[in-house]
Amino acid sequence: MRPVSSWGRLDANLHQVVSLRDQADIRDSVLEKEPGIAYGMGRSYGDVCLNPGGLLWSTAGLDHFIAFDEATGVLTCEAGVLLEDIQENFIRRGWTLPVTPGTRQITIGGAIANDVHGKNHHVAGSFGDHVRRIRLFRTDGETIDCAPSEHSGWFSATVGGMGLTGLIVEAELQLKRIDGPWLDTETLAYGNLDEFFALSDASETDWEHTVSWVDGLSGEWGRGIFMRANPVGGERPGPRKVTLSVPFTPPVSLAHPGILRCFNAVYYKFKKYRAGRAVAHNVPFLYPLDNIREWNRAYGPEGFFQYQSVIPRETGKDAVHAMLDEIVRAREGSFLAVLKTFGKRDAVGMMSFPRPGVTLAMDFPNRGARTRALFERLDAIVMQAGGRLYPAKDARMPKSLFEAGYPRLEEFLKYRDSGIASGLSRRLMES
Amino acid sequence: MVLIGRDAARLERIAADLKTRGAGSDIRAVTVDFLDPEAIRAVADDVAQTAVDIVFIAHGMLPEQDACQNDLSACREALEVNGVSPVLFAEAFARTMEKNGRGTIALTGSVAGDRGRKSNYVYGSAKGMIERYAQGLQHRFAGTGINVVLVKPGPTDTPMTARLKDTGTRLAPVASVARRIARAIDKGVPVVYAPCRWSVIMWVVRHLPGVIFRKLDI
Ligand SMILES: Cc1cc2nc3c(=O)[nH]c(=O)nc-3n(C[C@H](O)[C@H](O)[C@H](O)COP(=O)(O)OP(=O)(O)OC[C@H]3O[C@@H](n4cnc5c(N)ncnc54)[C@H](O)[C@@H]3O)c2cc1C
Ligand SMILES: NC(=O)c1ccc[n+]([C@@H]2O[C@H](COP(=O)([O-])OP(=O)(O)OC[C@H]3O[C@@H](n4cnc5c(N)ncnc54)[C@H](OP(=O)(O)O)[C@@H]3O)[C@@H](O)[C@H]2O)c1
Repeated sequence: MRPVSSWGRLDANLHQVVSLRDQADIRDSVLEKEPGIAYGMGRSYGDVCLNPGGLLWSTAGLDHFIAFDEATGVLTCEAGVLLEDIQENFIRRGWTLPVTPGTRQITIGGAIANDVHGKNHHVAGSFGDHVRRIRLFRTDGETIDCAPSEHSGWFSATVGGMGLTGLIVEAELQLKRIDGPWLDTETLAYGNLDEFFALSDASETDWEHTVSWVDGLSGEWGRGIFMRANPVGGERPGPRKVTLSVPFTPPVSLAHPGILRCFNAVYYKFKKYRAGRAVAHNVPFLYPLDNIREWNRAYGPEGFFQYQSVIPRETGKDAVHAMLDEIVRAREGSFLAVLKTFGKRDAVGMMSFPRPGVTLAMDFPNRGARTRALFERLDAIVMQAGGRLYPAKDARMPKSLFEAGYPRLEEFLKYRDSGIASGLSRRLMES
Repeated sequence: MVLIGRDAARLERIAADLKTRGAGSDIRAVTVDFLDPEAIRAVADDVAQTAVDIVFIAHGMLPEQDACQNDLSACREALEVNGVSPVLFAEAFARTMEKNGRGTIALTGSVAGDRGRKSNYVYGSAKGMIERYAQGLQHRFAGTGINVVLVKPGPTDTPMTARLKDTGTRLAPVASVARRIARAIDKGVPVVYAPCRWSVIMWVVRHLPGVIFRKLDI
């Protein structure tokens, strides 16, 4: 047994960790044991990848590529392969993953199980839209190959299925042609939410990536920085590679409200001053935190939460307004605050998080009851607006909000593997 | 590239991975009994039909020290797999390389081979044997175009050390260790510690006076 945390570092409960080494190993390790859950890179913030006191199947060893078809761009690989590994290998060969989240340090299994989204949701959908086939190993020994047109129920239960339908062993992914690692970027400041929505809508057709940082701390909340980008070809000298790291966990959170408010104001002014067009490498633009290793330690020994919701467009503006209002008044927010619109498309997965609307994600240092009380107020706003929370980021949402946000839950439960359970599944699905 | 191992399926998996990563399509997998001198000789001769530029000998297993103390078969297996077998491979390739007069033979020792410790000395003594052997081979090939590289990894995050994670042992990421090894092989460095800090740590460990060393619980 050893202590394992997820990205939020809220706790470090003991787990019996079994490292899966190869496909032959899986059968012995997974078959009819007590319930376990797959653990990729633990980049989820809450308990979706944890099983306190129980079994954890670490997929890090399932990191082999299997095949690549240069003509069609179809890549087959094991479930523990990192997005980073694929991008480093294939971008220089003219291919890219069509969808990546804000970090490349996650596994294919994790990307499928949370049906992750990126800054290009409005053009590319979510990760599951580009998965052609999944090989699923069930704890009763059955192997299921599922695809959008074959065992499609299994496919849409597994995409976004939080690891609960079986162990993903390997997957076939459709890569996309790309001219190189560079992006033509534009940074714009916005003064309020109306301007944000106007910018988002205006950027949807002509820009592949859009995202914004919103100031959720200072009095002038609702202002922010809007960033958009398109891939661009051409050869340029590569970026300097500087990797920083937070070497130890400070005894108290560095996310002190006073410091953060100043920081936000300075960041806003600096970005506004530097606004305009620039060519940037995709890594610092798309994964800005990846070169600061273990930045999650900065929140101190109590860890932190991320609260990410998506709200339908009709109710979106008022709800985001109301949430920011609560957050600013509570003085609980932190620097990381992302506001983005999702495109008008339904996700492949029954339990996928992305849906048409606007998503707000914000980090909160864990200050116990105060933080949780704020979340309850935010929950009420999300519930009333007909929105949902992202299980990949969740450690505490009430069951009622989960059930309201995911109307296909009943249908999904039929596909669950009885030999699999996580902290989250026990909390929100009773087992 | 030729991959030599004991399990065909595992080798095929690695070959497919390398091919997909773009390492070229001419990758062959060969299985052999790692303790059979005749078979090792035959494999080496077969592979060496086309000139071999680099031989990297990296197999090994980490036994439980307790098991080695209580079960002499386990003790022998640990010594043979970690000590005798790598030497047989190196010797088999040394003969064919000598004919060509150039190339690199890299052997995998360990920081555990630098000084015997109560917690791991059977494995450590086999790794110590690799060091002495590499030294001799370096002497033999001095002044020729053949380099002999002795790699000494510190605790690294691989399947071999999976069980150490429960004890909280700090393990280096395999990618950075591998990168350092690859660079040392390219340059033909005689001895390389990976990660680098182990060269300092092991210098201290080797030079600690016995009276102090024997009091340490390591
Ligand atoms: C800095 C940062 C930025 C992020 N940005 C985004 C973003 O922009 N968009 C977004 O959508 N997410 C984002 N995330 C969240 C992250 O992408 C997801 O939580 C992702 O699922 C983590 O993958 P992982 O490999 O770490 O899996 P884990 O967190 O270890 O596991 C996640 C889920 O996948 C399951 N799982 C893992 N492997 C398998 C397998 N082989 N078979 C079956 N189930 C499996 C687990 O059981 C668990 O349910 C971000 C996270 C961080 C830390
Ligand atoms: N990891 C560390 O901390 C560490 C530290 C110092 C030195 N080393 C040394 O580094 C080398 C590589 O080890 P690793 O850490 O990469 O471990 P690993 O992943 O377990 O690799 C060991 C390899 O040795 C093979 N092997 C083991 N016993 C064998 C046998 N009897 N016959 C044939 N092949 C056998 C295994 O083959 P299969 O794939 O068929 O099992 C495997 O490919 C070893 O020499 C090890 O002693 C490792």
